[in-house]
Amino acid sequence: MYWQKLGCNFAQVDAVFDECLKEAKSLLSSDGLISYIENARFLGKMGRGPEPLLVYLEEAPGAASVLGEEALLELREFAHYMSTHTNFKSMVPFLQTSGAVARLLHSPDLFKQYIEIVRDMMDRTSGSVHGHHTTFPSPGLSDLLKQAPRILSMVPLDGLKNWIEYGIRYYNDHPDRQVEYFSLESADSMAVLQRERHGTLFIDNERKLDMYMRGLWRDHDYLVPYSLAFDELVKPMPYFDDQGIRIPDVYDDLNGIPGIDRYRATLAHMAAHRRWSSKMVVDNWSPIQRVGVETFEDCRVDWLAMQRYPGLRKIFMALHPIPDESRLDVDSKEASTIRIRLTLLSRAILDPDFEPANEMIRDFVSRFHAIMDKGEGSSPEMASLALLFIARTPKDFSPNVLFENTEVEYRDDNRHLWIYIENSDEDEMFEHLNRKQQEEEELKGLPPRHYDEWDYTNSSYRPDWVSVYEVLHPGGDAGMVDRLLEKHGALAKRMKRILDMIKPQDKVRIRYQEEGSELDLDVAIRSLIDFKGGSSPDPRINMSHRTDGRNIAVTLLVDLSESLNEKVPGSGQTILELSQEAVSLLAWAVDHLGDPFAISGFQSNTRHDVRFSHFKGFNEAWDDRVKGRLAAMQASYSTRMGAAMRHAGHYLKAQQADKKLLLILTDGEPADIDSKDERLLIEDAHQAVNELDRDGIFTYCITLDAKADEYVGDIFGRQYTVIDKIERLPEKLPELFISLTK
Amino acid sequence: MTTDKEQYKIKQEPFYQAQSDEVELYEAAYNARLPVMVKGPTGCGKSRFVEYMAWKLGKPLITVACNEDMTASDLVGRYLLDANGTRWLDGPLTTAARIGAICYLDEVVEARQDTTVVIHPLTDHRRTLPLDKKGELIEAHNDFQLVISYNPGYQNLMKDLKQSTKQRFTGFEFDYPDEETESSILAKETGIEIELAAKLVRIGQAARALKGHGLDEGISTRLLVYAATLIKGGVAPRSACRMALVRPITDDADIRDTLDHAIDAAFG
Repeated sequence: MYWQKLGCNFAQVDAVFDECLKEAKSLLSSDGLISYIENARFLGKMGRGPEPLLVYLEEAPGAASVLGEEALLELREFAHYMSTHTNFKSMVPFLQTSGAVARLLHSPDLFKQYIEIVRDMMDRTSGSVHGHHTTFPSPGLSDLLKQAPRILSMVPLDGLKNWIEYGIRYYNDHPDRQVEYFSLESADSMAVLQRERHGTLFIDNERKLDMYMRGLWRDHDYLVPYSLAFDELVKPMPYFDDQGIRIPDVYDDLNGIPGIDRYRATLAHMAAHRRWSSKMVVDNWSPIQRVGVETFEDCRVDWLAMQRYPGLRKIFMALHPIPDESRLDVDSKEASTIRIRLTLLSRAILDPDFEPANEMIRDFVSRFHAIMDKGEGSSPEMASLALLFIARTPKDFSPNVLFENTEVEYRDDNRHLWIYIENSDEDEMFEHLNRKQQEEEELKGLPPRHYDEWDYTNSSYRPDWVSVYEVLHPGGDAGMVDRLLEKHGALAKRMKRILDMIKPQDKVRIRYQEEGSELDLDVAIRSLIDFKGGSSPDPRINMSHRTDGRNIAVTLLVDLSESLNEKVPGSGQTILELSQEAVSLLAWAVDHLGDPFAISGFQSNTRHDVRFSHFKGFNEAWDDRVKGRLAAMQASYSTRMGAAMRHAGHYLKAQQADKKLLLILTDGEPADIDSKDERLLIEDAHQAVNELDRDGIFTYCITLDAKADEYVGDIFGRQYTVIDKIERLPEKLPELFISLTK
Repeated sequence: MTTDKEQYKIKQEPFYQAQSDEVELYEAAYNARLPVMVKGPTGCGKSRFVEYMAWKLGKPLITVACNEDMTASDLVGRYLLDANGTRWLDGPLTTAARIGAICYLDEVVEARQDTTVVIHPLTDHRRTLPLDKKGELIEAHNDFQLVISYNPGYQNLMKDLKQSTKQRFTGFEFDYPDEETESSILAKETGIEIELAAKLVRIGQAARALKGHGLDEGISTRLLVYAATLIKGGVAPRSACRMALVRPITDDADIRDTLDHAIDAAFG
């Protein structure tokens, strides 16, 4: 009867229809069943082949059982909408994942929102010709729909929405990238998604966890997060080795234990291993024996950790599973119960309130405690106990191991326990030589640092958008800088007088002055006493003030973009040469003052290659090597200012000084060849100024662009000077610095 | 003018748990009347040690807490104005030298370097104190001894003793006692159970390991004693620890959180 109502002649459908109907009958009411068939019929008659109909028949009952039977119609309607809006190819993935999405969202309202989000994405990414016909299907839609269940298992619906927004905004005019983004293959796609995750993120708590290790365990190592989101087949486990401690990048709350405490439990377990475990040679042990040994050893270190910090018990117990003991009776030919057995044992050891019925497990629990009563025990003692346990265990070698409720999630994979003697082949010995060579090559330049970039159009950061490569600028002829300084000898002399005047800064009281600005009451009374007592009074009863203690760190950031190679009209010098003179004079002046001073240059060739040249560091002296680097200054490429400022600020932040000043010498507005929107980099630079300001760094711009008034105020507020007579830069720059820091 | 020597005597035996042979060494230094310097982090028992030694030797103890505004005349003495003209008043150092007391300059680096110089003549073979204003030269009493203490932990470039001052003293370096000793100190000092004391010490140890990572100074034995006293007085252990151990030493939210967790971990 239903088959006739469906009115469909596809052979493929015929093959599965009865099965589907059976399932639908069990899940839907009789009204629902009618609606199911009607909607399916509609899809079948749409002329898009049998696929949509097939998928609908399979998935719709499941979705409807979660969302209510109106969903049967909604699914069909939206599939129809897709079909009529050029995206018929996405119908199948949409219907295919609808069941999974429904189970994740679990509410008809949320599912409606989900459909609206997808509809919005589809409308905005479908290509239009002449603005009124959507003729190109959305490139990323199918991939998005395929990924939807996975993404929704990580982030709430809002997160999905934000993630989609980001993708549309940046990749709408780039179909290939859009596909990459929505299929979760590009790095920023994952980064944006990561930002939307719920749970306790490692990055937010890194310092706390580091302190936890240092404070409670007297231990310290690099904490390296790994992502749980993108490995679904093999779930990564925490572990540690010579390179550091690996832990998940995010923990959700579990069994009433907040994420931060789950991190602490994981770290506590590993710290206990690091403190109490020793390595064992395992070549002669079978895999089952190894599993046994590690369980006993895990119990031992957990036990010791709980002795030391009794508060851990609550956390460990909440996270430690209790396996179903009745599963031990499963026939050993059908399935292996070894993991259940060991987990029962582990629970029984750690939890005094847990009494397993199994005689042998109870026996080994008391043996374990007999060892621990004597002291800390040791890894070999645990190993022999474990081997005995495995020997007494009924043989079960079935490949079908029962895993349910046996995973103790705060424990690591124990790779640190094992030593393999036979596996150390010669291949590996050569491998480490290769690695060494690689390392040497890498050390030539610093590895890139990534900085976010501000996007003013939606007031958010693009995560890790810009890569900054820092290099030591090659050296040149230091004598050239000395000659430049000589050339400005007269100016230098004049400046020296000013410099001497501004050297000190803080007010300090000078006491015992015969003449001074104020009466020093203490001394005056003392003198009066002396006078009345008949001895000669001290006439130095006044005090005055002088200033002392200049504490300011300065970074000069020089724009080295191509435009510096232009000649300054009427002087025959390029802007670059004038900048060199100015920078040299300033460096000389600051060196004279003794302030910590760094000089860097920057240029950019798209966001992937911002070069940050190191001329002088805070701790370097103003010597020939630094002068040589300045002499070799060269200009090319463009001006991506924000990233360079953030990088310079990153160093300046680490300086210990009361005042921190970042001077930027530039000749034009921020721009780069991969940024079409000219406001974007200006706004980004402005945001960088705000960030630096928040970190207590004062930024000041010296611009050589006579037309700079149009934009420089937007970036630096009032903290800028336009030098329109570029020839005078060499004298202006140090003067400016002096007046800024006076 | 005579000074009542008795008022400076320590009446009751202060509790002091020796960490090694410092008591014998101090006695030897006192017998030779050598000046003593006691170094160590805050609240580790420096002052208690000096007090204990004064009691053990049966000598009066005059303590001066040094500060930046202290002048030489605050130590030595000064003329005061009164109705009839002026009157000389001995400073604590002078009093100690006259009556033969142990003069203890606590946190001596806090005083300015030129102030500390006045102690020099008392600390070498001369053992005299010239009062130039008064025109008097005091020969130190035979029982007089000078003891100074300071905390090298927060030493900075500006606050250090001159070499010429340092080299007049014999020195003791103190640190927080090991776990067991510290627990027994807490138990004896406040009368709490030794297991509870061990837990408090464990929290203290956690904080001390964070020194230099956001904490200038770890939780001192003194603060542990405070916490123990609060617990003894009926305050719930967790609240007592939060109040006495964590809140005073840090404003940093991350550290506070970590230490609060340490408290939870220690108490179970």
